[in-house]
Amino acid sequence: MNEQDAAPTETDWLCTKCELPLEMGKVNVGYLGSMFPVDLLRCRRCGQVFIPEELAMGKMVEVEKLLEDK
Amino acid sequence: MDQEELGKLEARCIQEQPAACAAACPVHVDARALSAAVAKGDFASAAKIFRKSVPFPGIISRICDHPCEAVCKRREAGEAVSIRAIEKACLDWAEDFRDTGIPLSKKDKRVAVAGGGLSGLTAAFDLARKGYSVEVFEKEARLGGSLFRFSENDLPHDIVEADFKVLEKVGITVKLNVSVGDDISLDEICEEFDAVYLAPGGESDEETRGRGNRLTKALRIDLIDPLTLAATTPKVFAGGSIRRPPERRSPIESISDGRRAAISIDRYLQNVSLTASRIGEGPYETRLFTRTEEIEPLPETSMADADRGYSMEEAILEARRCIQCQCLECVKVCEYLNSFGSYPKKYVRQIYNNLSIVMGHRHANKLINSCSLCGLCREVCPDDLHMGLVCRKAREIMVKQGRMPPSAHDFPIRDMLFSNSEKCALARPQPGTETSSHLFFPGCQLCASSPEHVRKTYSLLCEKLSGGVGLMLRCCGAPAEWSGRVDLFSDSLSDVKLLWDQMGRPQIILACSTCYEIFRTHLPEAEIVSLWEVLDLLGLPEPAQNDPVASRVLAIHDACSTRHEKHIHESVRNILRRIGFKMEELPLSREKSECCGYGGLMFFANPELARNVINKRIRQSEADFLAYCAMCRDYLASGGKRTLHLLDLVFGAPIDSAAQRRGPGYTLRHENRVRLKNMLLKELWGESAAGEEYYGMIRLSISDELRELLEKRQVLDSDIQQVIDFAERSNTKLLNRRTGRFLAHYKPAAVTYWVEYTFSDGEFVIHNAYTHRMEISEEAKL
Repeated sequence: MNEQDAAPTETDWLCTKCELPLEMGKVNVGYLGSMFPVDLLRCRRCGQVFIPEELAMGKMVEVEKLLEDK
Repeated sequence: MDQEELGKLEARCIQEQPAACAAACPVHVDARALSAAVAKGDFASAAKIFRKSVPFPGIISRICDHPCEAVCKRREAGEAVSIRAIEKACLDWAEDFRDTGIPLSKKDKRVAVAGGGLSGLTAAFDLARKGYSVEVFEKEARLGGSLFRFSENDLPHDIVEADFKVLEKVGITVKLNVSVGDDISLDEICEEFDAVYLAPGGESDEETRGRGNRLTKALRIDLIDPLTLAATTPKVFAGGSIRRPPERRSPIESISDGRRAAISIDRYLQNVSLTASRIGEGPYETRLFTRTEEIEPLPETSMADADRGYSMEEAILEARRCIQCQCLECVKVCEYLNSFGSYPKKYVRQIYNNLSIVMGHRHANKLINSCSLCGLCREVCPDDLHMGLVCRKAREIMVKQGRMPPSAHDFPIRDMLFSNSEKCALARPQPGTETSSHLFFPGCQLCASSPEHVRKTYSLLCEKLSGGVGLMLRCCGAPAEWSGRVDLFSDSLSDVKLLWDQMGRPQIILACSTCYEIFRTHLPEAEIVSLWEVLDLLGLPEPAQNDPVASRVLAIHDACSTRHEKHIHESVRNILRRIGFKMEELPLSREKSECCGYGGLMFFANPELARNVINKRIRQSEADFLAYCAMCRDYLASGGKRTLHLLDLVFGAPIDSAAQRRGPGYTLRHENRVRLKNMLLKELWGESAAGEEYYGMIRLSISDELRELLEKRQVLDSDIQQVIDFAERSNTKLLNRRTGRFLAHYKPAAVTYWVEYTFSDGEFVIHNAYTHRMEISEEAKL
């Protein structure tokens, strides 16, 4: 889960609530008791995060399986 | 599962048992491995295998009485493999290589061997290699004893001499022309040595008996322990021809006795138990089962020159006749067992390890969760090993340990809970009655796949049966049972039992084979009957009889959960016969039927495997399939196979469209259950439908292409509606300024759903949806 996975079109995304463009930042992503800080696009005011499809259906599934078999 | 239980399970898988030839061989030459090496032209490896078990290979490959060939399974498809001739070819065509092994450090104990025949020399060789000082006393002027009764042609003297060279290498002292009993007494020998092996050979049968008697005056031959070869006199062991009548003398048995005596003497001198763990010495019968029915019969390979023996090419041909005995009965019929590349003995060990480890990667989770639990393995196993029971127990343990991967069965469990929710579940007596003699339980998957069949069947049953036919719409709890969630299953079963009790404990009519199995096993107090038995008994509705298209052949796919329900198999076939269909029995049917890929939740834990299972099954016949379980029908149809449900025929559905119908997707399956309940409430009890969730009003537009993807991702319309509902009410969404599309996410329980959408003409156009289970922290950073 690196920056390249997470940020194909950085400036295109806008948080509708805060009317602010998303910015790269550290977000905690966890599963089954494990937690990792990941660079993701997120709204700097409300914290709303953007998880792209490739990340959710790719790396995240891999990590989920790994942690489930741990 | 404890160590003892594991051991018992492992022992029931016979795949690792030796081949019949190796078991029958007194020294257990692995003729199967030897043949496999020769078949590849690898004579050197083959010779190594042979030498490992036989101290004098040149001799044995010429004069062995080969008990292996008498039990060779090839006899069931042609003649026995000529094992001895192949052994000889190994030595003829392999580069000469004699490895006597590295002798252990010298021990201070001395052993005397009386008799320089095969038995005595084998014991001497084995003991010398273990580091003992060994002296062989031979009454003749040369070693070999009765070997010299063979003709020079059958056993050339130079072969004997060459084989005996190893005796020098291991440092055995040989005393020729010394007869124990005559030239030196047994008492003297016993005095001088720490142990004695008596293996007196003889030039003639008479002499063997005479010499034996004379030598062993102090002994009782009949009191030699057959397990250890210990005589009644301390430190004396005896074996070889002395133990056998002349007509039963066997070179390979003599060698086996020598080897057995060497083990005993070694143990005696080390002062350890002579009798502990001595199983597997000497000939025995293997437990290995090998099916030979499908093996093409082949005659023995002939020799161009009988005196020379097999040429290389001939030996290779003959070795290829070895069928490489193994069992794998279950692996041959089960795609699941086959797909993990091994066999149950290994699998139960992997499963045990998986359940036992405290830290580290659990490699067997997928193995445990992929099994359909169908029990076909037990049907074909010579020792009734049931991997389904092992896997289900393992799942229970994993759930108890909190080690079950949350993603493995989450979706089908939620599906079950949905079926048992207020939206779908229903339990009522027949309209206008208070009591029920019968209760129709169609099962959640028939409701999901074909609500119309449920409606028609219920109406038929009400018409044909008196005493009141109640109706119960819900799930039997199978997904919970299959996934090892004991508590959830128990709760679900209690609910069913309570409702059934309240209805006055009517006879339960089951349309689903899985429900039948679940109730038969877990609700034994209930009288149950399959819908097919009822229809067989009551007769069919009008349109089903004399159907004009009913002349075609249907291949019957029996539901795996009915494998031991012969009466159900018969009723299904009776119904088909009555309608007028011709029937084809699949190679694996009735008690040996295969699972469709739904059983045990295989599809959810391992969709790729389930698709292979479906594809393998549907290729077994060109004919249209007939299933009598809604899930079997939908799964087989999902592989593109024309498949009918028995109710399609009972109610006279148009054959082609019914056979080609793809089963509904997950969303529609949910909706079908809800609609069925609401429709029946309205039609039969005159009640209005229960209120829909407010988000259910959100109108969606989803392309067929995307719908297929959502199906794979197990995203329901209701999941999408919940995301949009949340996003629009809370204004928590993202806008892509380039595409103008919104993206929002919502996590109703364990899964986070993401939906990309636009709004147009009063409906939400869905462009994409995806999920993850990892949790994201979205606290504000300001």
